[in-house]
Amino acid sequence: MIRFSCRLARPRFVLDADFTCTDGCVALFGPSGSGKTTVAKLIAGLEHPDSGRIAVDDHVLVDTAAGIRKPVHQRRVGLVFQDGQLLPHLSVQQNLAYGRYFAPKEAQAIPFDAVVELLGIGHLLAARPATLSGGERQRVAIGRALLAAPRLLVMDEPLASLDAARKLEILPFIERLRDELSLPIVYVSHALEEVARLATIVVRMANGKVAAQGPPSEVFASPLPDNAMDRFEAVSFLSGTALRELPEYATTILDHPAGEITLPGRFGPKGKTVRIAIRATNVTLATEKPHGLSVRTALKGRVHAIAGGDGPLTLVTVELEGGDHVSASLTRLAVADLGLERGREVYALVKAVSIDERSIATLGGE
Amino acid sequence: MWSITPEELTAIKLSLRVAAVAMLFSLPVGVLTAYILSRGSFRGKILLDGFVHMPLVLPPVVTGYVLLILFGRRGPLGSLLEQTFGIVLSFRWTGAALAAAVMGFPLMVRAIRLAMDAIDRRSEEAAATLGASPVWVFLTVTLPLSLPGIIAGAMLCFAKALGEFGATITFVSNIPGETQTIPAAIYAYTQTPGGDGGAFRLSVVAVVLSFAALIASELLSRRTGQRRAGFE
Repeated sequence: MIRFSCRLARPRFVLDADFTCTDGCVALFGPSGSGKTTVAKLIAGLEHPDSGRIAVDDHVLVDTAAGIRKPVHQRRVGLVFQDGQLLPHLSVQQNLAYGRYFAPKEAQAIPFDAVVELLGIGHLLAARPATLSGGERQRVAIGRALLAAPRLLVMDEPLASLDAARKLEILPFIERLRDELSLPIVYVSHALEEVARLATIVVRMANGKVAAQGPPSEVFASPLPDNAMDRFEAVSFLSGTALRELPEYATTILDHPAGEITLPGRFGPKGKTVRIAIRATNVTLATEKPHGLSVRTALKGRVHAIAGGDGPLTLVTVELEGGDHVSASLTRLAVADLGLERGREVYALVKAVSIDERSIATLGGE
Repeated sequence: MWSITPEELTAIKLSLRVAAVAMLFSLPVGVLTAYILSRGSFRGKILLDGFVHMPLVLPPVVTGYVLLILFGRRGPLGSLLEQTFGIVLSFRWTGAALAAAVMGFPLMVRAIRLAMDAIDRRSEEAAATLGASPVWVFLTVTLPLSLPGIIAGAMLCFAKALGEFGATITFVSNIPGETQTIPAAIYAYTQTPGGDGGAFRLSVVAVVLSFAALIASELLSRRTGQRRAGFE
């Protein structure tokens, strides 16, 4: 349980944010300069609010009204920096053990070996930080934060400095922290796919304020009205069960009430629940089931809503068979040409290649 | 020509002792001062900075004279030290060490402060988020990361102390066997008819010692740097 409510004024920047997350992972999402990192620093105690209160469970970290301001080292907030910030003069082993030394003995719930195994860093223990790759450094940084027995893990763009393959390598680890260790996580990112995959609650930040907060399926369903660029950020979430893997094509077919969904990569075995995030810009609408197209995924549904406005673009929401909603970003011209209106039967087409692997989460199941 | 006389050997030994004591005693104060100057933000910081660097720009004779006034047997600090601890500095080798320490101090502080300024502050922040109190952060992060600068500063102070002349001779005079360090002995030889041989020999020794101190400092800093980069 995290309660955050802080105000902080700096020359040229004012943060005034308020959010609550009961469990799981709260993602702070927004463009650079929106105040995400400031929120992370406020929680860790590296910045101090002009006024406000921050509490993790029953532990009050800051309460300006009550005159409470815990120093950084007494907060037990595990902060994972964008570039790891391993201590350069210590080995990996010493870096991992560093926070453990200061943690209260009764709080050391996670054994050293378990963390090393969870993060797959056993072979690196003797190495110096300077010799590690970006992905390795980040995993050691996460391990070091975990071993300090934090009440809360704050990750500030932990994957931003990594290439796509490394991101895919680390995301499952973070999911395991969230699910297996039930550690509350504050995840700061401007990468929509990461947020879509990890977040229980999304806090969408803009200009130092909270623009929206709620489950990802709600926050990302519609764009912010005052920002034209945000049409790229409307995202729909669909869940299906793995139907079969096609090993020779490294492809997985998901079963969904509105039709089969083709995914790049292998996400079986059969029966697993898989959640995917689809950007509205990657959805095409067709008024009849298409033939002779390379697009594999065609989901049947009916037009649910068409956003207004007089710009060139609009957002059409389709209610799929089975009840899921998917949004498509279209030109208003296309809407007029196809004669789209509420209730019209349509097929939502999704290119498999447009589904970012980072946004594909396997949620368990059989 | 090349054989060192017992008097010259006394001067060399005394110089090494004076320089070593000057370096060792000023090191803790130097590290602390450098830390305050690097990390502190308080009124009067610029004054402290200026005060520390004064011996660098002041005529050494003036520094020596100030020490004489303060630490002479009748000076305010000198009489205090003698009455409470029985320590006498004026005209003793300990006074030579104090003069050398004062003169080497700015060089030491400067080197250490530059090293501390160069540390990524986020390393210290990271340590704090892991539960290290400010004292632990200083001991386990700031100090080890500034070690190359501390070594360089200590060696610079040592080399400067070996060569200190003006403040020393003003404060503690030029007493063979007590306060006559290498530079003071060289000066004495140049003032004596037929002293050229001694002046030359001691000069060679001074060059060798100073150069050795600089090389040692460079090698030590390089080794700590390499360990950090993971090439050990």
